[in-house]
Amino acid sequence: MTIFDLGDSAVRELNQALHQSETQGADLRVTNPGGKHNVATGADVECNVTIEGHVGYYCAGMNKSANIVVTGNAGPGLAENMMSGSVRIKGNASQYCGATAHGGLLVIEGDAAARCGISMKGIDIVVGGSIGHMSAFMAQSGRMVVCGDAGEALGDSIYEARIYLRGEAKSLGTDCIEKPMEDEHKAELAELLEQAGIDHSVDEFRRYGSARQLYNFQIDNVSAY
Amino acid sequence: MCGIMGLYTKSPDLEQNLGAMLSDMLIQMTDRGPDSAGFALYHDPVNEGSAKITLQGDDDVDWQVIRDSINNGLHSAAVLKPVANHAVLTLDMEGEEAAKWIERNLESVNITSVGNSIEIFKEKGLPDQVINKFNLASMSGTHALGHTRMATESAVTTEHSHPFSTGLDLCLVHNGSLSNHNQLREKLRKEGIRFQTDNDSEVAAGYLTWRLSQGATLNEALEAALADLDGFYTFAIGTRDGFAVLRDPIACKPAVLAETDDWVAMSSEYRAIAQLPNSENARIWEPEPARIYSWERD
Repeated sequence: MTIFDLGDSAVRELNQALHQSETQGADLRVTNPGGKHNVATGADVECNVTIEGHVGYYCAGMNKSANIVVTGNAGPGLAENMMSGSVRIKGNASQYCGATAHGGLLVIEGDAAARCGISMKGIDIVVGGSIGHMSAFMAQSGRMVVCGDAGEALGDSIYEARIYLRGEAKSLGTDCIEKPMEDEHKAELAELLEQAGIDHSVDEFRRYGSARQLYNFQIDNVSAY
Repeated sequence: MCGIMGLYTKSPDLEQNLGAMLSDMLIQMTDRGPDSAGFALYHDPVNEGSAKITLQGDDDVDWQVIRDSINNGLHSAAVLKPVANHAVLTLDMEGEEAAKWIERNLESVNITSVGNSIEIFKEKGLPDQVINKFNLASMSGTHALGHTRMATESAVTTEHSHPFSTGLDLCLVHNGSLSNHNQLREKLRKEGIRFQTDNDSEVAAGYLTWRLSQGATLNEALEAALADLDGFYTFAIGTRDGFAVLRDPIACKPAVLAETDDWVAMSSEYRAIAQLPNSENARIWEPEPARIYSWERD
């Protein structure tokens, strides 16, 4: 077990290690993060990183392959543009977590603030609590599971991402509609909940997605362009 | 970008350390605001009928001359305590009346605050320099607000720095930018609100002053601000007995709140709060958009 004490050492030293092949398969422990920015960003090797405390902006950004756990809360821009691997936050995450992310699994055990999963491109996001307004805005692909409620304008201008919501959405965004829960959806939801280690019956969830009225070119509307 | 913070002590034991705690928070917010810094402290309230006014002048201002002019002009026995290029004036008369006289008659000084316990100090430069200039770490108080500025809307001067006073014992710090401040400033001027600068945040401060002068409570004034202020903002507002926090409905600008048995703190980022004693055991949450949070002494 390698320990990085961010009270003593620079965040850059940790992030450097997360690029190096020697770190492959290693277990890293990060102490005293103190809300610092860019903790464990740009990881490029398969390894396990446990961050003990709260982190600031852009934690686990661009993550590829690493499995990152934060025992506290995360600031804005968590796991932005993640490619693969996993990120788990035991507390809450601030705004735009998982933005533009292409892959991997992001689990927020608490709440996520506004713009969760904005423009997501393939990531799976599971939130144990509730999410803020404008979440899954322009979400292109991937899955979002929310065990609590959603703020205003959920899934505005959504493309092909799938949203599973257990609670209530304050409002749905333009072109986002409720869709039937077929067996295939229940199966994928069950798998996501299991991966996240969160226990709820799939029957308590509703599915939302794109009405596909907004993003296809329609010849009837040609005069409007 | 700017860094803002508020710190409110629940335990009297912490009052002596308030300045030192706020210094640590301001230093952490240097990246967010290296242009200028400022802070408001609430301490040593003067008696009813007396007032406390913070003045700001040039570095070479002769405070003795200023004090004599005030005492001659107002027939008072004001006590003036210089703190670098600021000075805290206490006098046995109504604060607003004294402030009006000073504004009219003393061109070499600006008023940064008027009230019963508030004192505001602000200056251009890195937070570290500003803290040292006023020896903030030695100051005490029940609660305080702080600001580190990276200017986006107006010039970098001491007058454009935060906190902005919003009436007796009230002040505001702002992270964000308002888009309808010019129109609103003209409207407020017609209502008799005075402005020292073309700064957008000062308009938010003036707006609250105006609402309060119309008889609104602070909560009512903030509710109205949600409808009338257009733009991005996280505000922390200091009152005589506590402080309040408000974010705009879009909530782009960050904010973190934290509470322990001994203190309540607000900041743009957790790393400022992480400096406070026992912060690792604090209850921490992000304030919701368009919701007013406030703490007051009983």
